[in-house]
Amino acid sequence: MAIVDSPVVQDIPAAEVPDPNEDLYHAKSWVTKYLFCQDAKVIAIQYSCTALGIGLLGLVLSWVMRLQLGFPEVFSFIEPAHYYQFITMHGMIMVIYLLTALFLGGFGNYLIPLMLGARDMVFPYVNMLSYWVYLLAVLVLIASFFVPGGPTGAGWTLYPPQAILSGTPGSDGGIILMLVSLSLFIVGFTMGGLNYVVTVLQARTRGMTLMRMPLTIWGIFTATVHALLAFPALFVGAIMMTLDRLLETSFFMPVISEMGEILSYEGGSPLLFQHLFWFFGHPEVYIVALPAFGIVSDLLSVHARRHVFGYRMMVWAIVIIGALSFIVWAHHMYVSGMNPWFGFFFATTTLIIAVPTALKVYNWTLTLWRANIRLTLPMLFGLAFIITFVNGGITGLFLGNVAIDVPLSDTLFVVAHFHMVMGIAPILVVFGAIYHWYPLMTGRMLDEGLGKFHFWVTFLGSYIIYLPMHYLGFIGVPRRYFEMGETTFIPESAQDLNAFMTIVTLIVGFAQLVFLYNLITSRKNGVEAGPNPWKATSLEWQTAKTPPEHGNFGKTLPVVYRWAYAYGLPNAAQDFVPQNLPPELVATHVGNQVPDTDGES
Amino acid sequence: MSLVDQLTEKPWLTEGCEVEGCVGEAPLDLRAPHLGLKVLLGVASALFMLVVVAYAYRMTFGDWQPMHQPWLLWVNTLILVLGSWGMHRAWGGAYSGQLGVLKSGMVLGGGCAVVFLGGQLLVWKELVSQGFFASYGVSVAFFYVVTALHAAHVFGGLIAWYRASLKIWRDDDIDNVRITVELCATYWHFLLCMWIILFGLLLLT
Repeated sequence: MAIVDSPVVQDIPAAEVPDPNEDLYHAKSWVTKYLFCQDAKVIAIQYSCTALGIGLLGLVLSWVMRLQLGFPEVFSFIEPAHYYQFITMHGMIMVIYLLTALFLGGFGNYLIPLMLGARDMVFPYVNMLSYWVYLLAVLVLIASFFVPGGPTGAGWTLYPPQAILSGTPGSDGGIILMLVSLSLFIVGFTMGGLNYVVTVLQARTRGMTLMRMPLTIWGIFTATVHALLAFPALFVGAIMMTLDRLLETSFFMPVISEMGEILSYEGGSPLLFQHLFWFFGHPEVYIVALPAFGIVSDLLSVHARRHVFGYRMMVWAIVIIGALSFIVWAHHMYVSGMNPWFGFFFATTTLIIAVPTALKVYNWTLTLWRANIRLTLPMLFGLAFIITFVNGGITGLFLGNVAIDVPLSDTLFVVAHFHMVMGIAPILVVFGAIYHWYPLMTGRMLDEGLGKFHFWVTFLGSYIIYLPMHYLGFIGVPRRYFEMGETTFIPESAQDLNAFMTIVTLIVGFAQLVFLYNLITSRKNGVEAGPNPWKATSLEWQTAKTPPEHGNFGKTLPVVYRWAYAYGLPNAAQDFVPQNLPPELVATHVGNQVPDTDGES
Repeated sequence: MSLVDQLTEKPWLTEGCEVEGCVGEAPLDLRAPHLGLKVLLGVASALFMLVVVAYAYRMTFGDWQPMHQPWLLWVNTLILVLGSWGMHRAWGGAYSGQLGVLKSGMVLGGGCAVVFLGGQLLVWKELVSQGFFASYGVSVAFFYVVTALHAAHVFGGLIAWYRASLKIWRDDDIDNVRITVELCATYWHFLLCMWIILFGLLLLT
């Protein structure tokens, strides 16, 4: 690497606080330190715990669904209405309340200030409000289980007219609470999203140019911009549907009769809701995927001791994927009766988006090429992500084509596809990220033996569940059916496969409980991590204390001299060079951290 | 340095940072609130744009019946214009150091926003008294949605206006509130522009 001063660093404003005691929020009591706290790290942990808690509920719901599918007519407590309610709540919880909240509210809050060398988010009070509104949204969602009629069973897409007709489970209070909860979630997210965007653009420390930011930050930043622009579509749809349900307006409700009685609706367009929903819904895939892309890039680089191959291309690919994802939404609506030319347009844009996505896969692979790969837990989960994402992506190419999508629509093939690509793949990254950053958050390592058990059962188990599910979908097994009954086209052996998948689901579910046990017990019993145990280069590992304290860094903020991927430099004293190590010390400095100018670390 | 230059930097080739004089001296960047407002306005624009698109889409269906717009909306529009002018005056006062102008502008801006909200409520009341409930027809339903969303944004602005006014009347310190007043004025202008677009849409259709 030539030592050439970057021409752009002069433009970066320094987010320095001359005295850490000035301008920085300070808690005055236990309540403001741990409960109504404005420190992004505490908010991140609040977000993560809430998301994992509600995610656990989503997991339990999936077990109940699988019990019904695997062993129909065995569990009498699972009624058809319950089944629909469980699939609806499982889908919505996992996509919105777990993955979106965890990636952006959890990892975003924890990593953005630390990785950028900032002391906190730029609007800490609004950031705190963001969490509490999110929590309120979760509580409203949970409340829907306890209202008469229970939660909505309309499916996670909430399509009208079925979503608000009385024949659908949860059409009394359940659907209303779902729509209110979604609206609250969007309001809360907007508060947080403002923080993430402005912090990335305004609070980077001196020397942290845009192109020196770790890809984790690029992923979270682009996903946040995405979400800020896409969530309003869901918000508008939710408000209009609430009015259709409560005030009998006809935004989405057509002339329709129910139980022989013609309802007062007239002329509404269910398709309008589908457009609004998927204008949010498809970018939502990337709201989850882009942070995963960024995080996995960093995991691979750190644990393979090699720079990310094609960093600039990776950044551009994230941005291009983000932009393209706004013009592919109607590929979810091929069977809605759209004009064939629209189908052609959306099929084309869908296939084009595969280009930058494939580019990222090639670059991950080339990052690993001849690298010093360490099969740590984060690396294992990173590798598993690449394989799973490729699998899920390839079946996406099938479904992106109108001619193939139409016969496969509403079959288990679709369920298997989206679970692989936006369920299993991102959650593998979540696990990898937790194993990677847990030492930073707690100062202790997670147990490796339990971690490997968790990894292998989750990784192999997912394939044992979802590969057969692709097959079942391919032979025509429909999704969202309480039980199949007798058909002429589905062999009886399909039921054996379903039973087998259910058993594996329960085993994989057990592995997640082991992971939770590991999280809880390692907090006290884990091996002490010490500072920067993975010998990473990025700034979050260069804090004065591990775990980082309020204010993140010492009296002065770190100064960044290089990108976050300086591994294996020929002139360096060790195989990694932290971003804040001054150039003159590269040849001589040995140690996991750079001494702070005030000597705190 | 342009955005293109920043995004085409080759970070693997550059090393170093001009640090002299930058550590421990530079203040927290004051552009953050401005950027925060711009992002917020971007999100609000996306929201209103989506409502407009939904409106235009829904208009193409056979059951659409144009709605007569109450004359009071014209008065409310004028009040909003006046409020925006008042906030602009406050902004000018904040930058020229004239506390009196700042205070009178703030009173006018905030007062007009409150009157505007009251005026919109009167419009709603008038419509309801004439039997134009939300379920009367989809154009009426859209009217309620559009005006309610805009009013909610005005109400949100009033919260920021209230906090700024408290500071002004408590401290009489213009330096402390200059940015807040500027942001409030920008937000008022934005809401005026948005209302003119929405009102124009309602009138023309």
